[in-house]
Amino acid sequence: MRTLILLLSFFAATATAGESQIFLKDRPGKTQVVAQCAMCHSLDYITVHAKILDRAGWEKTVGKMINVMGAPINNADKQIIIDYLAQNYGK
Amino acid sequence: MVDRRHFIKKTAGSLAALGGLSLLQRSGLAAAMSTEESTILDALPGKEALIKQTYRPPNYETPINYFDAPFTPNNRFFVRYHNAVIPEVKISEWRLRIGGDAIHTPLELSLDQLRKDFEQVEIPALCLCSGNRRGAFQPSVPGLQWGSGAMGNALWRGVRLKDVLAGAGVDKSALEVSLAGADSGVLPTTPNFVKSLPLTKALDENTLIAFEMNGEPLPHWNGFPARLIVPGWTATYWMKHLTALNVISKPFDGFWMKTAYRIPKDRFSSGQFSSQETETNMSITEILVNSLITNLIDGQTLPKSKPIGIKGVAWDGGHGIARVEVSTDGGISWHQAALKQDYGRFSWRQWQLDFEPKRPGTYRIMARATSRSGASQPLEPIPNPSGYHHNAVQKITIQLA
Repeated sequence: MRTLILLLSFFAATATAGESQIFLKDRPGKTQVVAQCAMCHSLDYITVHAKILDRAGWEKTVGKMINVMGAPINNADKQIIIDYLAQNYGK
Repeated sequence: MVDRRHFIKKTAGSLAALGGLSLLQRSGLAAAMSTEESTILDALPGKEALIKQTYRPPNYETPINYFDAPFTPNNRFFVRYHNAVIPEVKISEWRLRIGGDAIHTPLELSLDQLRKDFEQVEIPALCLCSGNRRGAFQPSVPGLQWGSGAMGNALWRGVRLKDVLAGAGVDKSALEVSLAGADSGVLPTTPNFVKSLPLTKALDENTLIAFEMNGEPLPHWNGFPARLIVPGWTATYWMKHLTALNVISKPFDGFWMKTAYRIPKDRFSSGQFSSQETETNMSITEILVNSLITNLIDGQTLPKSKPIGIKGVAWDGGHGIARVEVSTDGGISWHQAALKQDYGRFSWRQWQLDFEPKRPGTYRIMARATSRSGASQPLEPIPNPSGYHHNAVQKITIQLA
């Protein structure tokens, strides 16, 4: 919990004004996507890949974030995030 | 300024805001560009507006109208980071640590020692992101969708890496030099951005630890207080906010070497990196021969009555540019452009071709550079999984009315 608070305060401190202008589609799963992905990077990393990554591409990308970049995303959230990205930002 | 110097405009409007207004008014470009996707211009603290790719980590490219000068202004120089925590380094606290299993005497240097204890040299060199123009690959390749602006030419001042390493004593077993910077990921589990160079490249007399850029201290976003300069090689090796150099006897196997920034081994005629090669792929190395038209935009309309000075830049990985040819008829005939001042083989070279159109109509403008090694640009980009090395001949269509 303490880590989470630290991370959230860090996010608040580092997120730029421009970042708050990025709006992801309001569909099921958005909460998990914003909570997990925006911890480390702005959400334009998602929108820039709209229509570039298909479901397999999003699966690979989310897998890389967990396995290489060390994102602490559990399996349930991982599936929700992949579904959201594939359905709303898939090729 | 609206919303803390942040504003969203269509491309044409963005260029107008950047000072290309007169060009736009002349050309009616605003109308021609209206179907383009929106471009976001945003200024990082201490920088002027650049084209935003991502906010965090910050990735910003330079609008190409700033390439109409031999050296790219520091406050318009592109910004590229892999991790989001970028500390403001204090010179008094900054130290460069030299170590590794193949160094005799580990060293720690302050910026003052670096400046005073070694001979200072200056090199004009192009800093070019491996993925520049990735956004032009068809089909699209995942990764930041860079246009042509993830590059810049600058005069770098610093000390030779080989002089600094000599002070620490390089062992015979040395194979690579690994490079680390002060930036890191948000989570402790995220790997730091660490790269390595083959020993031969590290000891090349042109490889510098630079602390000045175009006569000024490095901007924060370009690696203050010191960064590596690896002339002729893509910018992935030009470590910013340099903090550690390790001379090692085994290939560095971190993610950013072993997995990222790799190209198929059989496809490009660029330099070797034998300790980082597998059966099929290798780490990216030298910049390929390339060129960019800097004063015309695809879809632009110009008055036919006036001659057009077609201007641009051309570069390669360090052989130097032998010639640039320009076609105004879609590649049927080619005319040799005039090369401007030569600032050295690692700098880009400006060029110009004066074109006097006789008739109104549609003109297909192309530019093709040839290096002194004889290498030239392909008509189509060479496909590769990560979308690096896009050096296809640029094709621009303009209307003369």
